[in-house]
Amino acid sequence: MNFANLSFDFGVGITLHTYLVLSAALFCIGLVAVLARRNAILVLVGIELMLSAANINFIAFWRFGAHPEEMVGVLFALFSIAVAAGEAAVGLALIILVYRHYKTINPSQFRSLNG
Amino acid sequence: MDNPILSYLWLVPVLPLVSAAIIAVCPQPCRRLAATLTIGSMIASFFVALAAFLTVLGVGGSAGGHGGGEVFRGFFNFEWFRFGGEALRLGLLLDPLTAAMLVMVTFVGSLICIFSVGYMSHDKNFTRFFGFLSLFSAAMLGLVIANSLLLLFMCWELVGLASYLLIGFWYHKPSAVVAAQKAFITTRIGDLGFFLGMVWLSSEAGTLLFYDGGNGLLEQSALTKMATGLTVGGMAVSTVISLLLFCGAAGKSGQFPLHVWLPDAMEGPTPVSALIHAATMVAAGVFLVARVYPLFSVVVGPETVSAALQVVAWTGAFTAVFAACIAVAQNDIKRILAYSTVSQLGYMMLCLGVGGLAGAIFHLIAHAFFKALLFLGAGSVIHGCHEEQDIRRMGDLRHRMPVTFVVYGIGMMALSGFPFFFSGFWSKEEILHWTHGWPVSQVPFYMALGGAFLTAFYMTRQMFFVFFGKKHSKEAAGAHESPAVMTVPLALLAAGAVLLSLVATPAWPWFHHFIEGGETHFDFSVFFVFGNLALMGASILVVGAGVGIGWFLYGRKDLPEAVADPLDRAAHPVFQVLQNRFYVDEFYAATVFRVLRGAAEVAAFFDRFVWGGIVLFARGVARFFSVFADVYDRHLFNDGFDSGCEAFRDSGGFLSRLQNGKIQSYLGVAGAGVVLLILIIAWI
Amino acid sequence: MTNYLSAIPVLSLLLALPLVGALATSLVSSRRPEVARSVALFFSVLVALLVAWIGVSFQPSATGYQFEESVWWIRALRVQYHLGLDGLSFLLVLLTAVLTPFAIALPSGIREKQNVYYALILCLQGIVFGVFLSLDFVLWFLFWELSLIPGFFLIKVWGGEKRGFAAYQFFLYTLAGSVPMLVGFLALFLATGIFDFTKLAGLSQSQILGGIVAQFPWAAGFPDLFLLGIFVCVFVGLAVKVPVIPLHTWLPEAYTQAPSGVTMLFTGLLSKMGVYGFLRILLPIFPEQMQTLQQPLLWLAVATIVLPTLVALVQTDLKKILAYSSINHLGYCLLGICAVVSVGGAKEAKEAALSGVVLQVFNHGVTAAALFAFVGLIEVRSGGLRSLGDFGGLRKVAPVFCGLMGISLFASLGLPGLNGFVGEFLIFRGVFPLASWAAVLSLPALLFTAVVFLRVLAKVFSGPLNPVWESFPDLRSSERWLMAPLVALMFGLGIYPGPLLNLFNQSVVTMIQFLP
Repeated sequence: MNFANLSFDFGVGITLHTYLVLSAALFCIGLVAVLARRNAILVLVGIELMLSAANINFIAFWRFGAHPEEMVGVLFALFSIAVAAGEAAVGLALIILVYRHYKTINPSQFRSLNG
Repeated sequence: MDNPILSYLWLVPVLPLVSAAIIAVCPQPCRRLAATLTIGSMIASFFVALAAFLTVLGVGGSAGGHGGGEVFRGFFNFEWFRFGGEALRLGLLLDPLTAAMLVMVTFVGSLICIFSVGYMSHDKNFTRFFGFLSLFSAAMLGLVIANSLLLLFMCWELVGLASYLLIGFWYHKPSAVVAAQKAFITTRIGDLGFFLGMVWLSSEAGTLLFYDGGNGLLEQSALTKMATGLTVGGMAVSTVISLLLFCGAAGKSGQFPLHVWLPDAMEGPTPVSALIHAATMVAAGVFLVARVYPLFSVVVGPETVSAALQVVAWTGAFTAVFAACIAVAQNDIKRILAYSTVSQLGYMMLCLGVGGLAGAIFHLIAHAFFKALLFLGAGSVIHGCHEEQDIRRMGDLRHRMPVTFVVYGIGMMALSGFPFFFSGFWSKEEILHWTHGWPVSQVPFYMALGGAFLTAFYMTRQMFFVFFGKKHSKEAAGAHESPAVMTVPLALLAAGAVLLSLVATPAWPWFHHFIEGGETHFDFSVFFVFGNLALMGASILVVGAGVGIGWFLYGRKDLPEAVADPLDRAAHPVFQVLQNRFYVDEFYAATVFRVLRGAAEVAAFFDRFVWGGIVLFARGVARFFSVFADVYDRHLFNDGFDSGCEAFRDSGGFLSRLQNGKIQSYLGVAGAGVVLLILIIAWI
Repeated sequence: MTNYLSAIPVLSLLLALPLVGALATSLVSSRRPEVARSVALFFSVLVALLVAWIGVSFQPSATGYQFEESVWWIRALRVQYHLGLDGLSFLLVLLTAVLTPFAIALPSGIREKQNVYYALILCLQGIVFGVFLSLDFVLWFLFWELSLIPGFFLIKVWGGEKRGFAAYQFFLYTLAGSVPMLVGFLALFLATGIFDFTKLAGLSQSQILGGIVAQFPWAAGFPDLFLLGIFVCVFVGLAVKVPVIPLHTWLPEAYTQAPSGVTMLFTGLLSKMGVYGFLRILLPIFPEQMQTLQQPLLWLAVATIVLPTLVALVQTDLKKILAYSSINHLGYCLLGICAVVSVGGAKEAKEAALSGVVLQVFNHGVTAAALFAFVGLIEVRSGGLRSLGDFGGLRKVAPVFCGLMGISLFASLGLPGLNGFVGEFLIFRGVFPLASWAAVLSLPALLFTAVVFLRVLAKVFSGPLNPVWESFPDLRSSERWLMAPLVALMFGLGIYPGPLLNLFNQSVVTMIQFLP
């Protein structure tokens, strides 16, 4: 299967930039969620969004890169998704433990990391 | 001239010295021991002195045989210490002058010590008193036998110390303390001259020994050297040195202008006045001049009479009249005698100055006897009248104190120079004789005559006030005769005052030849030589006038205390001046003391404000500069450092706030960092 | 005997012994002051015995130094540890050894830290020994400056009301004087490469010091002026210590504020260090410079003799009076030393003057120390009062006190038969032929001193008894035994000074011999 020959032509030239803009937007949304939300689960969701943005970048750079025939980008993206799944599991477990301890999952209430 | 007596001569001063040392460590209650020691040592010294005297007499008598004019002179020199390559030698000397003085001092001294046992019997410092007397005797005798000007000076100062201690013996009386200080300091002024003269003499002559077998300073080679050496002012070295030594003599012997201490010295106990301030110590100045007479009399160049002796003569003559004038107007019995002493010392100096060495010494010895007699008599009177000293408050004591009256009368007549049977007459006669023969001027002769008149006058005045007339106070009414321990010494002194007249009449001038050498023949015809007769006549006339006027003014009728002195009535301003002692003390107080005080204040001012001020100024300058250093230190250096530290701390506090433990803010910062990085990369 | 002694470094032992004593004393508990005092006294007596032992084998007639010790100390700077003893230094060592036990035994009225007090006194003694024994400038200067430290603390800690001011003034003033001296000697060292006194004196005597200095680049062209400058520098340093007017203002304050035992040592020892410096350094090394400046130096000497006596006339504090008279007495030493350098002049006059100076140093040490001790005893009795006006008539209640103090006062004013006279006579005897005008101008001081001391006697001991002092205690027997030896010494030296003169006669003769 030659993925390199797959082309999605929507009339408008879809270029690397398009993907990068998408991923940047996604990253920013995730970042805002991470920084601004008062709910740790939503923060975790924000992180997932940022990871997704990174994955899009992987794929985009692979697809428009010098060697689209090698499956490096897909591999990284898959790997990253797997890690993100593990991370989400650990993160949720942490959130549950924090909740048990502090009776809240608002991250601005956790001060035990300060110096 | 080796004589066995020389090896025992040292005993004379050492015996009283040992006695003084023992008494010094005795506790107060050892009164009997102290008195015994003092009197015993004095009498022992007297016998040694007598032996010395007889030796001199014996050798001197035979000396006439081998060449006239020779006198006995034995000395014993010893090394005191060595410095550098030199040895400083001291020595003892025995010659007629020394022998006569030794006998006089020990004899009069013994009698006065015996008298003191009675006079001081009530004093609780009795022991101390005798210790001081011993010290004084030792020093005085040492002074007399010294064969070294240095030893003489040392004893001279010690005599001054003893005088200081004894004048201030009643130390609880402020007046006595002041008088003692005055005596010590006034004589020390003269002693500065003495000291300088001695130092000079020592460097000129190379020795301070009087006689040293041809090398002594009174021997020919040294004298010639000094007489020919000239100083800055064109004066001979010998003259200047003599005058410096005379300063010391004038201080000790109360010559004008250093006489002021002597009358005040009467604040001491009366035996002290008798022994020290009449008989012996004050004569030390006369003795000094007599001792170094060869130096004084060495004639320089065209002069016939040495300049030094002229100064001595004029000083003596002036003092004789000056002090006699003051004595006329005094009312304190001891003060009259004190001024009389000053006057008589003036006579002695005068006689020395005009060349009559033997005459001066004879007057010195005769005066020692009759003045000691008068002072002890006065002491007896004061003792009898319960410490009353004002002659106007006495009167009629001849009935209550007959013995005292008689001996006092003898003393008075001897002092006034009553003819023929009193030593004072013959000694004064000799003085007049020498003065008359002085080639320089006849003025001193007339001054001496005037002084003789005044002496007779004031003594008559005193006699009438004290022993005649009516009782003027209850002290005089309650007077009593003194005990035998006091009257017997008086009688012995009176005998001495009379008997001494035998050895110095012009007919048999034994004493003269004893001192100056030569053979004595009895020659009664001398009396009838016209010059002698005329002199004697003048002297008798003058004394008669003095006594007569004295009787006319004070003896005819009783003078109560309230009535003014006849002289005061006659010439009030003059009498005032005399009574105030010519205002000499006031003059000194206004000049010398003020100048000294001023100098001291100026020196203290300098010390405090100028020398000290410079230091304080230096400190100020240092401080001034230290202000800059301070500003730099404190404000630039310290403050800069401090604020730096503070900034670090503050920034630390600020930065620590970043680490607030909120994950989201960390991430925010990280995000911001990323944005920043991106911007930087983009900009690059 | 000499050989036996020369086997051990006896002078170093002498330096060390007081310091060991000081250490031992300071280790005694401050709560047992009597023990501290006894230990200090024991050591000071031990030192005196050691000095006596040295004295037995000391040969007064030998020229040069005895018991010499010489080791390189700082080789690169040619600094030696060089000690030696001649008649002059032995006399001063003797004085130090004699006075220190008295200063320790004197009832001081001190209550606090007595162990340190006595330890510092012993320290001072050791340091003063060092000054009198060192023959190398650096070593000597070290001791010279070290003496300030115990001095400073003794005033600062145990002094009177104004002790702080007095202590700082004492310290800084003398230190300021030492600075030019150090500079002067460094300059001399740079020019000659020698720190050793004996070698410098040798160069000066053989007239080659000027030649050597002339080769020194900094002094090229003006070697005489260079040496004169060095002389002035060294003179200033010594003059402060003596003290010479007008460099004396520290002295009255220091003497007044220090406790009496310390004042005894100050007047007995520290001021003698200055005179010793004149005799050991200036006279042998700079005789020509002294000759050049003789006239101004003589004026200074006259001022130092006369002015303090005048100042003392109007003082009321007993200690101040004694302090000023102390300056006066040291002025006579200066006068003698300055007169001795006269060109020409009779040899025996110079010997008389210099013998007088050395004798005066010893005599004044004894007399002035005794007088300060008496004032100390008065202070202990009166609770610190020592103004003339506070007393009066004490002779009635304290006759022995008055007698002994009176003897000391008369010794100080130069009464024959007591020690002061011999020295003063010899000085005047020597100075008069050499510098007559200076001798004559100094003469009034003899009178003023008498006035000053008679005033003391009159105000304190005579007159009606001040009722406040009805129960003023006379000298206790322990105090009598303390003061009696000093008074006996005054009599002994006054009547028979021969043995003491013999000790240093050879030194004086040598010094005169080597003067140009």
